[in-house]
Amino acid sequence: MNVLKEWIFTTDHKRVGILYLIGSLAAFAVAGIVAMLIRIEHTTIGPTITNNPHDYNVWLYFHGAAMILGFQIPVLTGYFANYCVPLMIGAKDVAFPRLNALSVWLFYAGIVLALATFVMPDPPDVLWTGYPPYSTITSGNTAFYTFTVLLIGFASILGGVNFLTTIAFMRAPGITWNKLNVFVWSIFAAFVLQLIFVPVLGSAVTLITFDKYLGTTFFDPTKGGDVLTYQNLFWFYSHPAVYVIFLPFIGIVYEILATFAKNRVFNYKMVVYGGFGGIVLLTGEVWVHHLYVSGMADWIRVGQMVTTLLISVPVGLVVIGLVGTLYKGAITFQTPMLYALGTLFLFLIGGLTGIPLAVASLTIHLSDTYYVVGHFHYVMAVAGTFAIFGGIYYYFPKMTGRMYNETVGKLGFWITFIGTNVVFWTMMDIGVKGMPRRYFDYAHFPQFEFAHQIMTVGALFIGLGFALAIFNWIHGALKGEKAPDNPWGSKSLEWTTATPPPSGNWKEIPKVAEDWHPYAYGNR
Amino acid sequence: MRVNCRVRVIVGAAAIGISMLAAVVAQAAEAVRDPARGWDRLWFEVIVDITILGLLFAAVAAYFLIRYRRRDPGQEGSAPRLSPAMAVGWAIIPAFVFIADDFFLAGNGWQLWNNYREVPANRIEIQLESGMYSWDYTYPNGVRAQNELRVPAGKAVLLRMTSRDTIHSHFIPDFRVKEDSMPGRVTYMWFYPRQPGEHVVTCAEYCGIMHSYMVGKVIVMPEAEFSAWYEQEAARFAQAK
Ligand code: HEM
Ligand SMILES: [Cu+2]
Ligand SMILES: [Cu+2]
Repeated sequence: MNVLKEWIFTTDHKRVGILYLIGSLAAFAVAGIVAMLIRIEHTTIGPTITNNPHDYNVWLYFHGAAMILGFQIPVLTGYFANYCVPLMIGAKDVAFPRLNALSVWLFYAGIVLALATFVMPDPPDVLWTGYPPYSTITSGNTAFYTFTVLLIGFASILGGVNFLTTIAFMRAPGITWNKLNVFVWSIFAAFVLQLIFVPVLGSAVTLITFDKYLGTTFFDPTKGGDVLTYQNLFWFYSHPAVYVIFLPFIGIVYEILATFAKNRVFNYKMVVYGGFGGIVLLTGEVWVHHLYVSGMADWIRVGQMVTTLLISVPVGLVVIGLVGTLYKGAITFQTPMLYALGTLFLFLIGGLTGIPLAVASLTIHLSDTYYVVGHFHYVMAVAGTFAIFGGIYYYFPKMTGRMYNETVGKLGFWITFIGTNVVFWTMMDIGVKGMPRRYFDYAHFPQFEFAHQIMTVGALFIGLGFALAIFNWIHGALKGEKAPDNPWGSKSLEWTTATPPPSGNWKEIPKVAEDWHPYAYGNR
Repeated sequence: MRVNCRVRVIVGAAAIGISMLAAVVAQAAEAVRDPARGWDRLWFEVIVDITILGLLFAAVAAYFLIRYRRRDPGQEGSAPRLSPAMAVGWAIIPAFVFIADDFFLAGNGWQLWNNYREVPANRIEIQLESGMYSWDYTYPNGVRAQNELRVPAGKAVLLRMTSRDTIHSHFIPDFRVKEDSMPGRVTYMWFYPRQPGEHVVTCAEYCGIMHSYMVGKVIVMPEAEFSAWYEQEAARFAQAK
């Protein structure tokens, strides 16, 4: 009982982080099971496991909303940021520990609202995008969508205030901006984006609730409103949100690659200032690529085609940094490294298949097909999840003080990796041939039935692989061998604490040598 | 010898010139530049482009992974520290390569875009109102049709679209074209049906519970057959009134 109370009322950044981890993995598990339902539903043409298209739409709403708002953003900016940032910069905690606790409570409230989808009589069926007019006329409960977004968004704003302050003012003496871990930079950049853009999303979803329940007409053209306003507001946030996910997950991959290649990060300043900086500057000017077929003015569609294509510059620099970090390394292939390399591979495919989608005229055919769904699972959904799983494996010994099972870890990786490519490659293929997304039934595309069946089998492989990983963690946390303080031989600061790190992290604030650097391997 | 050489050059140049001219004439003769064909061409180009980039990155990464495996425990990486010139070079040069590729793609994409947006003057213009869950077409002479869009082969078809409830998207995969229809705005799209045949129309914007059942078809008819149908329908509509 006391232990439970200690955890619920904790203000220790590591415990807050672990609470974020548990909540977001729960969201992932439920949203993942729902993904299996979605895939199984498509095994045959016509109804397979439910007769009611509405059920399918509710599943898809939950899958999209929970995976993004309940899993990826919180696990990256909640768990990883909380657990790692203070340890990496040599701080005893974050700047505002109580605000931190409040943020995790808000997050849990949001998760509970999201899960209510499965018990309420009129669950939201507006998909994760919530476009009006449908979201304002549906008999589903759009307010639950709005409040889920608001709670989790507010949690994230609190996180932003906290982490920007922490990184700016609580670095241990000697840790200058140019000696920050790449991951710390990625969190800094991600929270800058959150602070700028979350309020826009908040206003968008609030306005649909006003329209639906209070009779305002912001999006009703018969009374002076405009339906496109919502889409502009929504994507003004939700495109940068992709980078709120991308930046931290690629930050984790940098940490893992540097450690398992025992190598310096290739061209650190190019990655941080050119790559991350470029992304922060450009990402707010490209949202119209989600509206290429929405009837926007031609000039802005063509203009944002150019800005969207230019995003390949900073992103390309980030990828060059990743590959370059392998150059002349001393590479080993434990489970976290496999996941990190898997991320690199998936992201490469996802990033490159995004280029046709940047070209407005090609998107006239591709928009809202399975090509898009395949592409964004590659680039963000599964690439991000691979990085997250790799990161959890990487910090597992530090967090729990025990080791996981290496064989089971690798087995889980390969099963998921194969399943992922089967599912999402097939998806892009039938998408180019015309399969639209968000379809309960595909009766007028019978030629795709076999592809759908292959994807269902592939999805079950993905599920099995992820389940093996989660089993491996639970088993390792309870029964694993004792782990040393620095099992991977990393030079980075977070590995210099005891395992698991005590409250307050260090007895004294650590002092770093003049020539210290988190990636100071080899001959330097 | 020298004269011979010069003659060959002149003949060669003339041949090239004539064939280029022929190509231009051929294009002009085909009065309508069909965006669907342009789409297939640009898609192929872009796929080649990204495949090359992808293979390049993958090959380098695979090489490093094999070449730089750790040989003995305790070994650490030995990447040299980059000199300032190298560091800047490694940022600027790739950046310019990417920017060049971006502008190349943007240029081609823009050209095709204009093609999609500039409707040939010789066209048939049809009004479309979408609703949960049907496509309702009105022809210039007042003929109406639901979920079946009959058009003559060999003439550009322009749809002016709006919606009476939620947002829908009129998607004809075979013609590589779609555009949303929504209340309060009129959007448009056009396509060029070459030969008689049938093509699926499907909804590509989530519009409600029966979204995946919002299907129709484009029926492309030989010119004469279409005129006969069109007149007959017009008479039928007139009678009904
Ligand atoms: C675990 C394996 C996964 C499988 C098998 C899977 C499967 C699917 C499928 C089949 C769809 C499209 C359904 C349709 O359009 O009708 C979909 C949509 C989506 N998925 Fe996943 N997914 C997985 C993981 C993820 C993850 C990790 C994320 C995290 C961001 C994610 C985010 C989304 C989103 C945002 C959508 C769009 C929902 C919408 O159209 O509103 N998925 N997923
Ligand atoms: Cu975007
Ligand atoms: Cu629809």
